Amino acid sequence: MSSEHTAESFAEREYEYGFVTDIEQESLPPGLNEDTVRFISAQKDEPEWLLEWRLKALHRFLEMAKEDVEPSWAMVDYPKIDYQAISYWAAPKKKLDSLDEVDPELLETYDKLGIPLEEQKHLAGVAVDAVFDSVSVATTFKAELEKHGIVFCSFSEAVQRCPDIVRKYLGSVVPAGDNFFACLNSAVFSDGSFAYIPPGVRCPMELSTYFRINAANTGQFERTLLVADEGAYVSYLEGCTAPMRDENQLHAAVVELVALDDAEIKYSTVQNWYPGDKDGKGGIYNFVTKRGACRGKRSKISWTQVETGSAITWKYPSCLLQGDDSVGEFYSVALTANRQQADTGTKMIHIGRNTSSTIISKGISAGHGQNTYRGLVRVQPKAAGARNYSQCDSLLLGDECGAHTFPYLEVKNPTATVEHEATTSKIGEDQLFYCRQRGISEEDAVSMIVNGFCKDVLRELPMEFAVEAQKLLGISLEGSVG
Amino acid sequence: MALLEISGLHATAGDTEILRGIDLTLQPGEVHAIMGPNGSGKSTLANVLSGRPGVEVTAGTVLFEGRDLVEMEPEERAREGVFLAFQYPVEIPGVSNLYFLKAALNARLKHQGKPELDAIDFLELAREKMKTVEMDEALMHRSINEGFSGGEKKRNEIFQMTMLEPRLAVLDETDSGLDIDALRIVSGGVNSLRSAERSMLVITHYQRLLEHIVPDVVHVLAGGRIVKSGGKELALELEERGYGWLTEDAA
Amino acid sequence: MSLPGWAEDLRREGAEQLNELGLPTTRMEDWRYTNVSAIGKTRWTGSDGRGDDVSREELERLCFPVFACHLFVFVNGVFAADLSTLRAGSPQAEVRSLARLLEEEPDSLRGVLGAQASPKEAAFTAWNQQELRDGAVVRIPERADIEEPIHLVFLSEPGTEPTATHPRVLVLAGSRSRASVVEDYVTLGDGTFLTNAVSEVVVEPDAELEHVRFQREAVTGHHVSSLHARVERGGRLACHSISLGAALTRNDARTTLLGEGAEASLYGIYLGTGRRHIDNHTTIDHAVPHTTSRELYKGVLDDHSHGVFHGRIIVRPDAQKTSAEQSNKNLLLAQGAQIDTKPQLEIRADDVKCSHGSTIGQMDPDALFYLRARGIDGDEARRLLTRAFVSEVSGALRFEPLRDRVEEQLVELLEEGA
Repeated sequence: MSSEHTAESFAEREYEYGFVTDIEQESLPPGLNEDTVRFISAQKDEPEWLLEWRLKALHRFLEMAKEDVEPSWAMVDYPKIDYQAISYWAAPKKKLDSLDEVDPELLETYDKLGIPLEEQKHLAGVAVDAVFDSVSVATTFKAELEKHGIVFCSFSEAVQRCPDIVRKYLGSVVPAGDNFFACLNSAVFSDGSFAYIPPGVRCPMELSTYFRINAANTGQFERTLLVADEGAYVSYLEGCTAPMRDENQLHAAVVELVALDDAEIKYSTVQNWYPGDKDGKGGIYNFVTKRGACRGKRSKISWTQVETGSAITWKYPSCLLQGDDSVGEFYSVALTANRQQADTGTKMIHIGRNTSSTIISKGISAGHGQNTYRGLVRVQPKAAGARNYSQCDSLLLGDECGAHTFPYLEVKNPTATVEHEATTSKIGEDQLFYCRQRGISEEDAVSMIVNGFCKDVLRELPMEFAVEAQKLLGISLEGSVG
Repeated sequence: MALLEISGLHATAGDTEILRGIDLTLQPGEVHAIMGPNGSGKSTLANVLSGRPGVEVTAGTVLFEGRDLVEMEPEERAREGVFLAFQYPVEIPGVSNLYFLKAALNARLKHQGKPELDAIDFLELAREKMKTVEMDEALMHRSINEGFSGGEKKRNEIFQMTMLEPRLAVLDETDSGLDIDALRIVSGGVNSLRSAERSMLVITHYQRLLEHIVPDVVHVLAGGRIVKSGGKELALELEERGYGWLTEDAA
Repeated sequence: MSLPGWAEDLRREGAEQLNELGLPTTRMEDWRYTNVSAIGKTRWTGSDGRGDDVSREELERLCFPVFACHLFVFVNGVFAADLSTLRAGSPQAEVRSLARLLEEEPDSLRGVLGAQASPKEAAFTAWNQQELRDGAVVRIPERADIEEPIHLVFLSEPGTEPTATHPRVLVLAGSRSRASVVEDYVTLGDGTFLTNAVSEVVVEPDAELEHVRFQREAVTGHHVSSLHARVERGGRLACHSISLGAALTRNDARTTLLGEGAEASLYGIYLGTGRRHIDNHTTIDHAVPHTTSRELYKGVLDDHSHGVFHGRIIVRPDAQKTSAEQSNKNLLLAQGAQIDTKPQLEIRADDVKCSHGSTIGQMDPDALFYLRARGIDGDEARRLLTRAFVSEVSGALRFEPLRDRVEEQLVELLEEGA
């Protein structure tokens, strides 16, 4: 058996979460117009200003669609999406008032995913918001959090509960017309998570959202907003899975983070949407806009992502370093196997003085996977003393995959220090043989080397997630011999 | 039964025939030295025994405890107790030495039908063995061989050997790049492992290693064949006279 | 002067392409940092060659002390035979005026000229091709070993009207030959000008070629250039791109490694003073297995200058055992100076070793202080450190006098400032 063989099996790993939940759902017929937006808004009993905001975004989007400004610069390749053929709303039929009313079928779904929602099985120290297709189905540990004045709930609920905060910050980091997909999201976003951490509060547990796409032919458009007030701290996790379906499904989410003076937000993602089969059939198009604003002095936003799923990933979690002495971080592992394509990276915009940013990106390509790092580091004229360090490494398994690196460094201040390094390599035959000579099977050896390669990123994840992420990278190897 | 029995072994690397008919038998407990000039096929022999991809056996047999070694995958050989101390141990960034060694040891224990060691027992054992090769524990928490000096790498090989307790140890130029102190430590570790069940094949270019690890038999490899075998005094003779008088015949 | 039919076809093709493409705009990814609209708005006149006032003394003042080497001079794009010398004693290199060669041996360059430089998707190359007339053809015979550099001087002497010249250089290094070609771009006078040069280079099997572009034109004009190089099996090409002058500089260098064992080394030095804009785009295309490239570009940016570096490395599918190393380092000396750097790796083979690095920083204050503490005054210390910064690149030049001239002129220009 050769290493090519393992690499091949690695590339053809199976997807574990591909089941479909058989649950009564209601969904809108495909199509996108004012009525769609009004329907979604009405379902959620939204205030007038929010409907107006959505409609404005819709008109902007329809204009963009007409002008054909869908981004084409990314190194991904997919057939043109017909935005009128997508259903913009799907939800479990039963409306819920408490967790007890959650359909057992649904609870089972989350159990299968390893995320128990029932109170007695709660993950210790992790509050979970579960989003199933378009709606949030359950949020755990709410009462506990409220004691600290922390609001953690679905976005729809937040609109009702704290409209002022939502109105103040919604679109303040990612404006409605920011880009094609963000604009679409602004018009039709269904639900998502919301968290507000009051001044001086250190959130006592990890906040977490699990996203699950279930319904066929629907897009998922959630919107997440996290606000850490002065001196607050929060660590937030999100996980994503979807059933195996033959057709591609669109996921266009927006995440906005705001950190005020001395606040810190740690945002971790383990993305495992269905990647499509080994011939590239099906899978999620993951076109996501994530951006955090370090608005306050000495604020810090840290993105960590492990991207193993999706047919196509288009995602650049970014930081606007506005406050003096603010800090932005981006740690990423992206794995593309089979026919997966990922174009991912970050933008670090240095605006305030003495701002600093770190970028660590690890790309792994296997099979016919195409993996692209695309990143921008910009130092504005007034960002005196800005510092950036970037490191982008690519690991190749198999000879039909690709690894591409496109860093943009734009520096307009002479006191800035910017450093970028990138390397591309393959798993060495020598490394594999060394492990095997010590009795370690080839697939374990590949897994070990891959995990070693990603270590600098994985260690940024909270413990529970780190284990899950390692498992996920490991699953890639399961059943790979034979 | 012999532990290792090599008969009529021919092997190629790439398109070149390197080994051209090797016969060699190792009884349990024996230590044999393989000496020879550069390019004589010493490392290729080590590679054949460990199953490195790229080296192909074209004729002959290699029996390990009566079983065909050539047919086995490299990891299978390792689990059966064949250990190669590499001439050039590789670096594997991000994978800690201890984690790696635990995986290796447990793979061997599992194969033998013995219970695997948990983290605590493993660490206890590892600490004890580290002493025998004067290994610094801090090094063990670092990535495999990353940033190790030449001597540290070689010591790490012997440390792994003491942990894995192989039946057959193949030491490929373990003395190269070692200063006299490191050489003493490394050979001390090797000698502590000598036993009636364990056999060793010590591959070296120089006689000086054999002052520390005293072999039962010395073979001279030249042109892919064993051209002379003798006792340990043969090594001294080679030291004085060089290889010329033997290799001329072989060529 | 009449051109052979195939050359007329080339001119026509250039015109058609230029007409179709128009000049690039900042909306195009490859031009996002460089605005050439000023070039588009200017009414350029061609030039019929030289004025009578260029003397040998003038030339020597402009060029680096003309050391004992083969010297070929073009004034406003036209060959000036009386200013040129081919040193006796080394007849190995054949250096000709393109115009004369086309006249005397009309078919000798058919299918060769224009074979590397495609006008497709490249407006300035198309423009150059449309204006195809004169330039230098350098042919190094097989196995020739030419010690002294072949020095091609392109002197712009703009008139009262904005003057555009479109020099074309063709270098063919025969197999197993060894030579060095220096293209030297200088200006006489202070009129508005545009130099739009295209160089084609072929390195045949096992040949070794050093190609230098030394550009130190006046700030009253623009300099656009492209280099299209092909390196065959076992060939070695070292390219130096030294940009010290012109208000706007844009260099595109594309090197394709087409045979196993081919190697390319790309070196660049760029200096920004005043409001100068310098944009270097390089592409190294590893088309076959077992090829090697190294790239080192260094920029010194002062005042309100703007530097751009875009280094692209492509490793084609099956180009296994590729080794590519790229590095771009920048020194920002003033508030207002700006650098945009974009290294880019596109890798489609798995058994490769590729790396790139970019740094942007200031002069090391500790080093500066150390020198001052030893009694060296601040300005001198800065000069020393700047020179040390670029010497890592200039040190790779084969000829010491050229190396010295590059470093000295860089420091001089930096002091003159805008």
